[in-house]
Amino acid sequence: MNFPENLRYTKEHEWIKLEGNTGTIGITDFAQSELGDIVYVDIDPDLSEITAGESFGTIEAVKTVSDLYAPVSGKVLEINPKLEDEPELINSDPYGEGWILKVEVENPDSVSELLDSAAYKNLIGQ
Amino acid sequence: MKKTKLYNVHQKLGAKLIEFAGYLMPVQYSSIINEHKAVRNSVGVFDVSHMGEFIIEVNEALDLVQYVTVNNAAKLTIGRAQYSAMCYENGGIVDDLLVYKLADNKYMLVVNASNIEKDFNWVTQNNKFDAVVKNESDEYTLIAVQGPNSKKTLEKITADPLELEFYHFYTTKINGKDVLISRTGYTGELGYEIYFKGDEAEAESIWNSIFEAGKEFEIQPAGLGARDSLRLEMGYCLYGNDIDETTNPLEAGLGWITKLKKGDFIGRDALLKVKEEGLKRKLVPMILTEKAFPRHGYPILKNGEEIGKVTSGTVSPVLEKPIALGYVKIGYANEGEEVEIAIRKRTHKARIVKLPFISK
Repeated sequence: MNFPENLRYTKEHEWIKLEGNTGTIGITDFAQSELGDIVYVDIDPDLSEITAGESFGTIEAVKTVSDLYAPVSGKVLEINPKLEDEPELINSDPYGEGWILKVEVENPDSVSELLDSAAYKNLIGQ
Repeated sequence: MKKTKLYNVHQKLGAKLIEFAGYLMPVQYSSIINEHKAVRNSVGVFDVSHMGEFIIEVNEALDLVQYVTVNNAAKLTIGRAQYSAMCYENGGIVDDLLVYKLADNKYMLVVNASNIEKDFNWVTQNNKFDAVVKNESDEYTLIAVQGPNSKKTLEKITADPLELEFYHFYTTKINGKDVLISRTGYTGELGYEIYFKGDEAEAESIWNSIFEAGKEFEIQPAGLGARDSLRLEMGYCLYGNDIDETTNPLEAGLGWITKLKKGDFIGRDALLKVKEEGLKRKLVPMILTEKAFPRHGYPILKNGEEIGKVTSGTVSPVLEKPIALGYVKIGYANEGEEVEIAIRKRTHKARIVKLPFISK
């Protein structure tokens, strides 16, 4: 399983990639593997802001439903439009085409407080 | 935790294993959806050795079977099986099961893994006949081979021609090993279930032979996840979800196996009363018209008022639409009725349809 060094991670298994003030958010390879086949990503299309630590939507997999937690606070820039028809992109490419949300991060410094790749791997026992 | 004799095979295949009914069972190998489609389109193989097998024999074996089950086992001839259920005195369901007539005065009951102990106690406790009940669940391996190419796969390896009508069975050999094969399953596809006793090596050898024979059909192992979505597309009940001690077979749509005229059996009086008074609720199949994932326990609403609860739900891999079973008050249990299913903060439109969900 792959946990890129250039991302930061949460205990709830989201990742975030920071480029300038823009954060791209998704779920980790471990999370997609645990969930199995993802059939819907349920995010309010009018979602405008997310708050660190709070749920911003849910992922429905065949086996179970799981909340999506915001790694940071910020303004929503885009919800991945491809997930509407191809939610399985999260299974096949969790760090690439399966990204979920782009946000303008309120406090970019807060990203460095999240788990790095090694700490996340340690968390999931890898 | 218990392991089936195919546990090592599942591990080697990289299956995701979960605890189910006290067994460590494969829930999926690659993807539930792919495994589901393999069964619908070609052939898939399930290890369902966790299921329980009881043998009932001696002079009054049939009397005991008739007394504890709701279907008419007197109609069975040797080599035939039937779907049935056991009820409590109050009509609630102890379990649903298969009854095989192995010989005169010899029957096999195949019960749900989660109910083995409860069922065995129930049958034993009600054995007021000259009959002997044996629990042989731990000795049997049970492999289900399901899908349109299941016959073409299995007939390559059975010692005798595989020509079975639906719900018929025969005994033959695979790899020199005695097996019982029935044309039964839980998927709605052409399919077979293979019962045999023996050790890990024998179980693995039969499993491997099935896969060798099915290679040209791209045969796939399938886990409990696909087993659940396949049965749900057909609208088959799952004990613990759709039926249990609080539901009776009539409201669960199992009136067709409940032979109230066959003579005395446990639960008959209560079920006659239910029939006389009319059903209060009914298990109905529903299709959701919007994207959502219905699950066990979600409320079913009509005009904002709760009229029942979802008992099983999934997104049908074939229809690519959410489907569900649930009990609703009898006045709303009609095909075409528009209802709503509450999922967290929102409600989603659903329509009561006819089974099966998919056309076969």
